[in-house]
Amino acid sequence: MATSTHAPAGVRETTEGTVYDVTGGDWDEMAAHAAKSDDERIIVNMGPQHPSTHGVLRLILEIDGETVTEARAGIGYLHTGIEKNLEYRTWTQGTTFVTRMDYLTPFFNEAAYCLGVERLLGIEDDVPDRANVIRVLLMELNRISSHLVAIATGGMELGATTVMIFGFRDREHVLDLYELITGLRMNHAYIRPGGLSQDLPPGTVDALREFVKKMRKNLPEYDALCTGNPVFKARLKDIGYLDLAGCMALGATGPILRSAGLPHDLRKAQPYCGYETYDFEVPTVDTCDSYGRFLLRLEEMRQSLRIIEQCIDRLEPGPVMVGDKKIAWPAQLALGPDGLGNSLDHIKNIMGTSMEALIHHFKLVTEGFRVPPGEVYTAVESAKGELGVHVVSDGGTRPYRVHFRDPSFTNLQSMAAMCEGGQVADVIVAVASIDPVMGGVDR
Amino acid sequence: MSAQANGDGPQEPDEGSSVPVQRGNAGEVIEVRHGMFGARNGGDTSGYGGLVRTVRMPGESVRPYGSWFDEVADELEGALEEQGLAPENAVEKTVVDRGELTFHIAREHLPQVARTLRDDPALRFELCTGVSGVHYPGETGRELHAVYHLRSLTHNRLIRLEVTAPDADPHVPSIVDVYPTNDWHERETYDFFGLVFDGHPALTRILMPDDWQGFPQRKDYPLGGIPVEYKGAQIPAPDQRRSYT
Repeated sequence: MATSTHAPAGVRETTEGTVYDVTGGDWDEMAAHAAKSDDERIIVNMGPQHPSTHGVLRLILEIDGETVTEARAGIGYLHTGIEKNLEYRTWTQGTTFVTRMDYLTPFFNEAAYCLGVERLLGIEDDVPDRANVIRVLLMELNRISSHLVAIATGGMELGATTVMIFGFRDREHVLDLYELITGLRMNHAYIRPGGLSQDLPPGTVDALREFVKKMRKNLPEYDALCTGNPVFKARLKDIGYLDLAGCMALGATGPILRSAGLPHDLRKAQPYCGYETYDFEVPTVDTCDSYGRFLLRLEEMRQSLRIIEQCIDRLEPGPVMVGDKKIAWPAQLALGPDGLGNSLDHIKNIMGTSMEALIHHFKLVTEGFRVPPGEVYTAVESAKGELGVHVVSDGGTRPYRVHFRDPSFTNLQSMAAMCEGGQVADVIVAVASIDPVMGGVDR
Repeated sequence: MSAQANGDGPQEPDEGSSVPVQRGNAGEVIEVRHGMFGARNGGDTSGYGGLVRTVRMPGESVRPYGSWFDEVADELEGALEEQGLAPENAVEKTVVDRGELTFHIAREHLPQVARTLRDDPALRFELCTGVSGVHYPGETGRELHAVYHLRSLTHNRLIRLEVTAPDADPHVPSIVDVYPTNDWHERETYDFFGLVFDGHPALTRILMPDDWQGFPQRKDYPLGGIPVEYKGAQIPAPDQRRSYT
């Protein structure tokens, strides 16, 4: 224990009190110095660059000894103005932006946005079955990859690096599938208003079956590692407590709400993309704590595997974009020696034989389609909760206003309710159980 | 349903057509636009500069609204009357469009209407999904809109409340008392639109830096950006590019 009476290196007096700049090794010195001062209140600023705060999240904790008396979150460090940017792009280009919001759930962002545009266009029922099946398939794969990151980073923050390694190992399998299907590991812009950008490449079904088999083998490993582990249970049980009344007041949805025992899931309550025809369960627990949320995420991944299997069986050949040529992207994509691009047949047609096809292609790509004026709200059950999109059109070729109600943003508000009165170390566990992704929080 | 509700105005979109439906006079005019590409200087050789487009949002609907919408509207009106508030004073108009129900609420009555919607057993909209701002600079006296989506888990329903405030007096009462989840959402809408939510416990910026000037999501606030050179040509910043009005 440091008994020095010297002031630690980074200390300065301000009108708000003494400010210490602590980076690690000098903690003891600082504590000794602070103990000598009259002010008993210590406010710890954690983040925004702290490995345990899930990206650039800043936590401001007022502590009394090891107890957190007040907790506040500072956000906005990752604000990129995506909603404003959307107002300067066509409706189709919008998917390229929204996929980058919550970068761990790109397909949910794309699907929610596209469902909104489709409702404004009045083409919800025209989206082909195959497109809907693939949307469901991708969303469930996405649920698995998002939950895996939640569990992996949560484990890492507890010091359980094996959980982290396992989680990212399995997520890698999902990302391989994304790469196979969309060409990219993230930022896909694969779901488009009216359908999908392209069909599944050959070999996808085999890869999916292989993946399901692998995951059925790997998922029980998390059970074996964590579920019964006394250290893991001691750190998570009764931590991050938020009961049903608290969830409703704070608008918390997703695993947090279901950990309070309410089986609310938009896939069942307000089905979209044909979810009403799939056979799956909405798991709940009534522990209201971080441990319950961990168990839920595991079970939800098992349910997602069930849905993925059903999707594989339902993949019938057919179009993946609406038939309306005034909306559907004109280019037929094909894989060439230099990557994916307009198919040679399509180029030959528009450049060589049909002037009208060329004009059509040009107009749709540069101007885009017009969407009748009005506003809609569409929501999907993302891995983190209700992801809602408020889309307003003024009848033009660009969105007039798009607002994302990101579940991470809303759920993060409950951090204070979960942490105040608890230990400093438990703040990490509580925040990990909320699973906020700052790309979605700040947009 | 919505076509009928809007009287002579809009028609359902034609089968397989994305041409915007010309709405009749029933809609709410938010703007009148001239020209097509936004070119203001120089001669108009195309003739497109003479185009005039009136932008109309879906207008007021008449009963019956269809589906469960009438039931909710009846219950809300009844509950407000019981509290001694004339429904026609609180609910300015009701719009049914694309299968969604919107109540336009007079801003001074918003907290009472929200509380009624939350607490009345027949309504029971327990979950508020936050507030979204929209700026309509062309709608004089109603430039700023605050849009709330309320979800009832009990009855599995979703409705929208819309409140307006003029640019000159950008104030809307806060409903954080009723829906604590709106704390951050109202801060966000204040941050981006300058809408002041009276009664909010700590209305400060949330996503933009604390010392930021201006409200970035208003339509008169530029997106910003710099011209980019591509293969010898200058591509202007996104908000300076030619656009279709």
